[in-house]
Amino acid sequence: MTAAAEPQPLPRRRVSPLTRGWAFVRRHTITVFGLLALAYLMLPIVIVIVFSFNDPAGRYNYTWEGFTTEHWTNPFGPPFLGDAVQSSIKVAVIATIVSVVLGTLVALALVRYHFRGRGATNLLIFVPLTAPEIVLGASLLTLFLNLGTALGFWTIVIAHIMFCISFVVVTVRARLVGFDRHVEEAAMDLGANEYVTFFRVTLPLIAPGILAGALLAFSLSIDDFVITSFNSGTTETFPLYVWSQAQRGVPAEVNVIGTMIFVVAIMLMLFNVLFQWRRQPKGA
Amino acid sequence: MTFFHRHRWLTPYVLLAPGLAFLFLFFVVPLYYLGYTSLQEGTVQIGYTFTWAWDNYSSAFGDYRGQFLRSLEYAGIATVVALLISYPLTYWIAFRGGRWKNLLLLFIIAPFFVTYLIRTLAWQNILSDDGFVVNVLQFVGLVADDGRVLATSTAVIAGITYNFLPFMALPLYVSLEQIDKSLIEAAKDLYASSTKAFLRVTLPLSMPGVIAGTLLTFIPAAGDFINAELLGTPRQAMIGNVIQSKFLEITDYGQAAALSMILMAVILVLIVVYTRVLGTERMAG
Repeated sequence: MTAAAEPQPLPRRRVSPLTRGWAFVRRHTITVFGLLALAYLMLPIVIVIVFSFNDPAGRYNYTWEGFTTEHWTNPFGPPFLGDAVQSSIKVAVIATIVSVVLGTLVALALVRYHFRGRGATNLLIFVPLTAPEIVLGASLLTLFLNLGTALGFWTIVIAHIMFCISFVVVTVRARLVGFDRHVEEAAMDLGANEYVTFFRVTLPLIAPGILAGALLAFSLSIDDFVITSFNSGTTETFPLYVWSQAQRGVPAEVNVIGTMIFVVAIMLMLFNVLFQWRRQPKGA
Repeated sequence: MTFFHRHRWLTPYVLLAPGLAFLFLFFVVPLYYLGYTSLQEGTVQIGYTFTWAWDNYSSAFGDYRGQFLRSLEYAGIATVVALLISYPLTYWIAFRGGRWKNLLLLFIIAPFFVTYLIRTLAWQNILSDDGFVVNVLQFVGLVADDGRVLATSTAVIAGITYNFLPFMALPLYVSLEQIDKSLIEAAKDLYASSTKAFLRVTLPLSMPGVIAGTLLTFIPAAGDFINAELLGTPRQAMIGNVIQSKFLEITDYGQAAALSMILMAVILVLIVVYTRVLGTERMAG
């Protein structure tokens, strides 16, 4: 089929200097905006770090009085602060381990098996992610109140496992989706039984996903205030300690611990980014 | 072992059982108890009894309508502001980030790594009466010379915006990142101006991110009480503050539970309406 007349190539649009100037401005406007937005995101973090070196005159660590490393040499100095950090870490470790095991099993079932009730399962995983924290905390409290359960360390642990599971499922599932099942079949063909295959082939392959889920669970747990405040009884975690001090003026040591948590988390994330960067093919 | 070989269909249920049982016991059952408690009356001293006390609901609505409306207002404004900041930011990272994308993304989630309460207290510091921000605002006349930012609704909304901004930015980034750049080029080849290409191609394709981001920001924002407590005064109290103090300080469990139920219901209704409206618009557009 030949057209009677070849269509003429359309004339190229002339780009006037004005248009180009405008394009230049626009191109750089968004860069400037982006950098400003990043500065805005970083501002409170910088304040937290800087004021960990402040030497406040009174109880309130608001105005810069002078440089000191005093808070860094003894970060657990103020009464109850050390205990609070300790319970936070204990809760986070237990909650992470349990939620990672439970969540990974659920993720495995969701990705690799077809079964009845998948919709209901997805719903049960998804809804806690979208419910406001205050409702999660309050409803758990009403459960414990009605059953007469004493609030304390273990009710905090239960609450943390509850809200971590869904995050672990979502994270691990995201990494499992691209998993090549042929590797497992190859292992089975070579005589490995199901358990050997799982521990020698499957687990190492999905380990990065599990690790990501564990990091997320740990950081969510150590940061949680709202749900914890409803179910803590007299046990005090680090965020609860900060809250209890907030009215009276938070000691600078809190900034030190906040900075420590931040630095550790950022280093883990940077490691992850660099790792991905190196694995990326050039030019991608 | 042989049992599982014979009943392979059981395997997924065995894997699911512990996790789902935990969620059922400590997420679903508590919601039942929340509803149950919301219909109880009594005090801590004499105990609480279930009496179908619907009065908890009517008085909750009557006494705290202001705080409910304020929560929705603050959360709504904060969500819009977070969207206005996040969209250009994530657009910039997704389209201009190049090999720095992951690193720039790290900046967006960095606030999460500073404990929520500590970063809110940092805002208390930034917005404090003699601070730099207030001095500048006073100098340009946006704030009266004896005016303050802290302890106003502006401070509370600013805090909410900052604290939940990553929830907006991350889904936005994901949807912008996934856009096939050749579609935008195709639009421009077909003589769409940059603005038109953005409005007709980029924006509609990023709508799933906008919907997810606004929901993920609005929901926790509407239930928040930390920002109102640390950056505001009782005059800025949100419904979260009422629920928190009724549960933990006043121990008026019945009404506190009723308030929680109403909050949950209001949010659910808003989500359904919102996704319906945007969903159909997307179909039509």
